[in-house]
Amino acid sequence: MSEARKLWRWLPAGKGLAGAAVFVLLAGLACFLLAGCGSRATCDTGLLTVAGSTSVQPFAEKLAEIYMGSHPGEAINVQGGGSSAGIMAVSSGACQIGMSSRGLKADEKEGVRYFPIAWDGIAVVVHRDSPLRALSLEQVQAIFAGRVTNWRQLGLPFDHGIDAISREEGSGTRNAFEELVMKKLAISDGCLVQDSNGAVRELVATDPYAIGYISVGLVDARVHALVIDGVAPNTANIKSHRYRLTRPFLFLTHGEPRGRVKGFIGFVMGRAGQAVLESEGLVGAGAPTAGGPSGGGPNGGEHGTPVVD
Amino acid sequence: MSAPSAIVARPQPPPRRLLGPADAQRLAKAVLWGLTSLALAILVFIIGYIAWKGLPQITAAFLSEPVRDMGRAGGIFSTVVSTALVTAIALAIATPLGVGTAIYLTEYTREGWLVSVVRFGAECLAGVPSIILGLFGFVLFVLKLGFGWSVLSGGLTLAVMVMPTIIRTSEEAIKTVPHELREVCYSLGVPKWPTITRVVLPAALPGIVTGIVLSVGRSVGETAVVLFTAGAAVGTPHSPFDSGRTLAVHFYILAREGISMPNAYGTAFVLVAAILLINTAAYAIMYGVMRKNA
Amino acid sequence: MEASMERQWWIERALMLVALSAVGSLALITLFIFSEGLPVLAKAGLSNFLLSSHWAPTKGHFGIFAMIVSSVLATLGALAIGVPLGLACAVVLAEFATPTMRLILKPAVELLAGIPSVVYGFLGVVLLVPLIRDWLGGPGLSLLAVALILGVMILPTIISISIDALRAVPRTYREASLAVGATQWQTIWRVVLPAARSGVVTAIILAMGRAIGETMAVIMVAGNALRLPHSPLDSVRTLTSNIALELGYASGDHRAALFATGLVLFAVILVLNAAASLLRRQR
Repeated sequence: MSEARKLWRWLPAGKGLAGAAVFVLLAGLACFLLAGCGSRATCDTGLLTVAGSTSVQPFAEKLAEIYMGSHPGEAINVQGGGSSAGIMAVSSGACQIGMSSRGLKADEKEGVRYFPIAWDGIAVVVHRDSPLRALSLEQVQAIFAGRVTNWRQLGLPFDHGIDAISREEGSGTRNAFEELVMKKLAISDGCLVQDSNGAVRELVATDPYAIGYISVGLVDARVHALVIDGVAPNTANIKSHRYRLTRPFLFLTHGEPRGRVKGFIGFVMGRAGQAVLESEGLVGAGAPTAGGPSGGGPNGGEHGTPVVD
Repeated sequence: MSAPSAIVARPQPPPRRLLGPADAQRLAKAVLWGLTSLALAILVFIIGYIAWKGLPQITAAFLSEPVRDMGRAGGIFSTVVSTALVTAIALAIATPLGVGTAIYLTEYTREGWLVSVVRFGAECLAGVPSIILGLFGFVLFVLKLGFGWSVLSGGLTLAVMVMPTIIRTSEEAIKTVPHELREVCYSLGVPKWPTITRVVLPAALPGIVTGIVLSVGRSVGETAVVLFTAGAAVGTPHSPFDSGRTLAVHFYILAREGISMPNAYGTAFVLVAAILLINTAAYAIMYGVMRKNA
Repeated sequence: MEASMERQWWIERALMLVALSAVGSLALITLFIFSEGLPVLAKAGLSNFLLSSHWAPTKGHFGIFAMIVSSVLATLGALAIGVPLGLACAVVLAEFATPTMRLILKPAVELLAGIPSVVYGFLGVVLLVPLIRDWLGGPGLSLLAVALILGVMILPTIISISIDALRAVPRTYREASLAVGATQWQTIWRVVLPAARSGVVTAIILAMGRAIGETMAVIMVAGNALRLPHSPLDSVRTLTSNIALELGYASGDHRAALFATGLVLFAVILVLNAAASLLRRQR
């Protein structure tokens, strides 16, 4: 029997190992291709990746769903990861569009174009049945710093500890809350921590003694948003920046947006996209702001000029 | 000759006990049966509650439509696809490697330092917590190798997770193949490798398949590993480099964020039912084999 | 004939490489966790990392003591609940149940081991947490909730392995004991259980490993506050939930600190597994 025939007889039997070897080779090849591609952004894989703040994420997902509906053939992939991760990802080219729920720091602005797509307020929420309706900023500060620990101290008729709920370190929402509300005070170690706006809302909705902070866009019928310093967190007050706990939702790109990136951003900044955002409870960025940008946004409230044709 | 009483023990009355041995047994049995019923009741309650709340959600639409509106509407089809892809990739890698390891351990070596090292490695790997695997997969596949959050990263990391299971079950299965089969082959002059692949492995196949099926069950239920490697994108993945959320991850997000309680229960039901079915299948195969060999 | 021997030799070498893949993966995991976590340990100092309870990674404070304590307490609580229940169940199923009962119940218990942890966590949040909050006080998301959920989760592990350990005790032991007039319970308590001791301890150690390493269920019911718990009703953050909570957002030193936390966890689990392996070998 020739060598080749012998090999042929044994090959099907050993195909498990051969398969593994082939797979490993393919994976290696894939690595090679990817590495050779440089940054994934320039590699036209046909997929648009949007990554960053989890506060912006649900809205970006909604926008992507609608955009893909009206533009068949476009594939948009929305990931979370946090504002900081999103900024880094877009600078390094790991994704084409970054999402951030806070302004950019000076060293993050290099080579990055930012487009405010909406303004979002941070609402301090309590359970739907709670008698509490309004607080001053100092009171909110005291609660989350752990100085006020019982509802009785705020004048409410029940004697029960306050279950204050915060976000985890690294969250853009927490960052914004610390800048706008806590200022120099640290959020207490005894605060409960959840890792997303939705989770905080869920907790506040089920615990009558809880208080937390979430994106205004996520407030629904199960929680009640408090009036802070006499200003209610509604669209008008956010637009005019009278409600001071506001922050910009930004889309970021590496350099000027081109091609499908430009198309998607154009959709988001245009009338259709803004309508979607407003219907979800945000305040559109295209809207004129009375009094201009003040200290209403974190990190100085800066935002760049939108580039839309 | 005096003081024999010091040596001879005077008959003592039996020690006073609160309960006689028969009574102690009755009490012990009562307590034990009580605790057992409690344990079983808890476990049954969990499945029953999920079924009660989740079954009404299961409609043809729920099972066949993709996730829509961030989970508020639509069904779970895209998650099923993601789960299937991730599991398939994991098995494609873990099966050859695991079975190969099992073959080596049983057929090619005597007990020695190498075997101990390999066994120790497999056992330790089995005990690594899922979050550590998630960290590992995140750093190696998502970041360093540049696959990003993708079904591929998820599958590769899951492969590492299920390999010990496949190694263990395959080893058991191969060991139970009667030695006479091998000896007949050798006496006919068949070399070792064809003996293994054409005689031993087919005989051990049910046991190996059991291991594979159990691994499928574990992959389907795994959350921490997949969340940090495959990501949580809602769409249906079209390529191994796409991100996708598996059934378990989708359930976790629905439940945590309170997006839609009915959908959460429905997803939970599908998840639990799928895993129970998969594990039942594995045990059916195993018991079928045992009955055949008995 | 020569070619065939040659081929066999190559195949054996190839299989050896494959067999080393399991160990190789373990080595890779260890390598990565170490290399990612070590820099921050060097920066913060190992004793400071382990003994300080101030965790504020974005400001440069990396102290995981509170989380170590929480993990340990949660595991001990889980064992306090899981071991009595699980052992009782194992004794009943191994000694008192009829073979038919055993045939149905043992696979049933092992099936239940397959329920994903997120389902346990979900039910904990929906059913257990409100119960604790309304009847016992506190936010409900607490050490108690974690201990209860983990206790239920480790039940199948303890039951399965203990049953195997009990069944492995030779029948002659039982028969000898009964022959000298002991009751069944006395036999179990004084003869069978001590004989099965190493197997039962293995079960407990493996259950401990599972409890310490559990992530998803714990995140959902623990509350994740950063303080040392003063009562079972206080919210806690375990090592695992710390990693999972912040990993998605972390970068630089923060991420390295999470890897360092993982390193501590990994070390503990390795020690536990090694202990379990040794015990199994001894038997």
